[in-house]
Amino acid sequence: MTMSPEVAMEKLSVAERSMWAFRDMRVVTWRNLIASLRIPEAIFFSSLQPIMFVLLFRYVFGGAIPVAGVSYVNFLMPGIFVQTVCFGAVATAIGLSEDMAKGLVERFRALPMARSAVLAGRTTADLVRNIFVLLILTVVGLAVGFRMVNGVGNFVLGCIVMIVFAYSLSWGFAIIGLKAPNAETAQLMSFPILFPITFASGAFAPVESMPGWLQWFAIHQPVGVVVAATRSLMCGGPYTNSSAVGWTFVWAAVLLGGFSWFAVRSYRKVD
Amino acid sequence: MKSDLAISAHGLVKVFSRGQTVRALDGFDLEVAKGTVTGLLGPNGSGKTTAVRILSTILSPDAGTAEIMGLDVVRQSDAVRRIIGLAGQYATVDENLTGRENIRMVAQLTHLTKSAARAKADELLERFKLTEAGDRPAKTYSGGMRRRLDLAASLVAAPPVLFLDEPTTGLDPQSRNDLWEIIEDLVDGGTTVLLTTQYLEEADRLAQDIVVMEKGRVIAQGTPAVLKAQLGTTVIEVSFASHDLADRASSLLTNLTPKPPIREGSLLELTVENGPKVAADVLRTLDGAGVELLGLALREPSLDDVFLSLTGHRTEDEVAEAAQPKRQGRKAKKESAQ
Ligand SMILES: Nc1ncnc2c1ncn2[C@@H]1O[C@H](COP(=O)(O)OP(=O)(O)O)[C@@H](O)[C@H]1O
Ligand SMILES: [Mg+2]
Repeated sequence: MTMSPEVAMEKLSVAERSMWAFRDMRVVTWRNLIASLRIPEAIFFSSLQPIMFVLLFRYVFGGAIPVAGVSYVNFLMPGIFVQTVCFGAVATAIGLSEDMAKGLVERFRALPMARSAVLAGRTTADLVRNIFVLLILTVVGLAVGFRMVNGVGNFVLGCIVMIVFAYSLSWGFAIIGLKAPNAETAQLMSFPILFPITFASGAFAPVESMPGWLQWFAIHQPVGVVVAATRSLMCGGPYTNSSAVGWTFVWAAVLLGGFSWFAVRSYRKVD
Repeated sequence: MKSDLAISAHGLVKVFSRGQTVRALDGFDLEVAKGTVTGLLGPNGSGKTTAVRILSTILSPDAGTAEIMGLDVVRQSDAVRRIIGLAGQYATVDENLTGRENIRMVAQLTHLTKSAARAKADELLERFKLTEAGDRPAKTYSGGMRRRLDLAASLVAAPPVLFLDEPTTGLDPQSRNDLWEIIEDLVDGGTTVLLTTQYLEEADRLAQDIVVMEKGRVIAQGTPAVLKAQLGTTVIEVSFASHDLADRASSLLTNLTPKPPIREGSLLELTVENGPKVAADVLRTLDGAGVELLGLALREPSLDDVFLSLTGHRTEDEVAEAAQPKRQGRKAKKESAQ
């Protein structure tokens, strides 16, 4: 399907424009995935870090953190999963700022492609990468005693819930990638956001063990909600919390809407 | 809007305010007729890249208007993107993709079908002598190959208007010559080209029209012949053991050239039409007066000479350099300049 130059994007219907935006997104996603496959070291080390988290918490801190109803490793894994997919958003920030630094964004901006495609292609590639890392982590988890105590179906649902959330979060980090002067700074800017929201969330220890003010934050901030939703699906029993599942989707929708609007606006205005 | 113009810009202003405020463009005007090559000539920081970025819809101007083939770069940006090609100042190829993948990606983002994109990649790789290297990651390419790949990618849509921002900066003479030939072929095929450069020689070879920029404005415009006639075609550099000797020589040589010699330290520069003949006259005159010289050289006028002749001062780089106690050779500086 070739488009003649005379047909400008502005004159297309919303449906046609969405179709082109989707195709453009697919091309950029493909490019990002190919590029990361060409750097196997990056794939290896980015999966190594969450694996080390699993081992550290399981064997170093695990004995000191009492949890109700399930074994610590079953309590821990949903938290580690959520933390890992959230930290995946750093890759979005770094990837985009590298594309900016290398002038590739400059090239894309002079092409008749959708203004959202560079960002959507980046976040979608990072989503695929997140799924891959989750698979590895699941295997590692099973090896150190994690069990899908609430059934495989609910485990998969839990993964879907957190992947959806992580996708919307990664649009927020796309904004950092566009605004940061370089990749190192993009990474430095990401951590002060990610550390508090992932650690003050009940991911590694029950929120009841935290002081009151922090408890409130840990329960209500978005990552806290996602941890509760994931644990509800993966552990069930005393952790069942269906409203958290609902609120996760609300948070994901709100963040995705806000972040993607602002990210595309920033992309248009890069100078 | 005149229908014979491929590019027209009027009163473009662009102010960057990150840290300090810079007026990168300050009332920039440009008209490029269809099927011609215009060279945008100016020193570092004069606003060439900013002008190209606005004309290629990457940046929106703070004031002024610009049209490509009659389409407004701000209001009809998407239509403009369909008829332009851009090879930016730094070759923007994806290092992790192969040459072939790079072109195919751009082709697909230009909305060619998958099979058309594949055919286009084959055709362009062949045309730019990259077929052999086509399946290697672009990070293994030399500077010249990257430039060719970048140019190939910008030609995917066979755009009638092409922007080339310093296409040969940093290339060795052989690669530079290859690229010049490619550009000449494109022009023979009817493409309108706007080319920015810091080299008068490059503008002279490729462009029918030269626009000289300084501080975001156009300070001169004309055919290479006209600009060169204003300037002379050869520069004679005569060096002496001291300032005083250079001064004495300067007064002796005043009558030999239409423009008085310019003295910089113990160096005299004469811009003339007929280099060898005047050089012989210089030697004869100085010998007759018993003024001893250290050296004499003939060279092509440089961008700095154009500036000196147009504005009465050198480019900012030159001024800064002259202020430094130890003056490097101009050639060396030219090569290190980006
Ligand atoms: N994105 C930017 N942000 C801030 N200043 C810029 C930016 N781009 C260019 N400038 C400034 O604008 C001026 C013109 O730059 P440029 O157009 O790149 O000149 P040239 O291409 O002729 O070297 C310079 O002073 C440069 O520092
Ligand atoms: Mg430039």
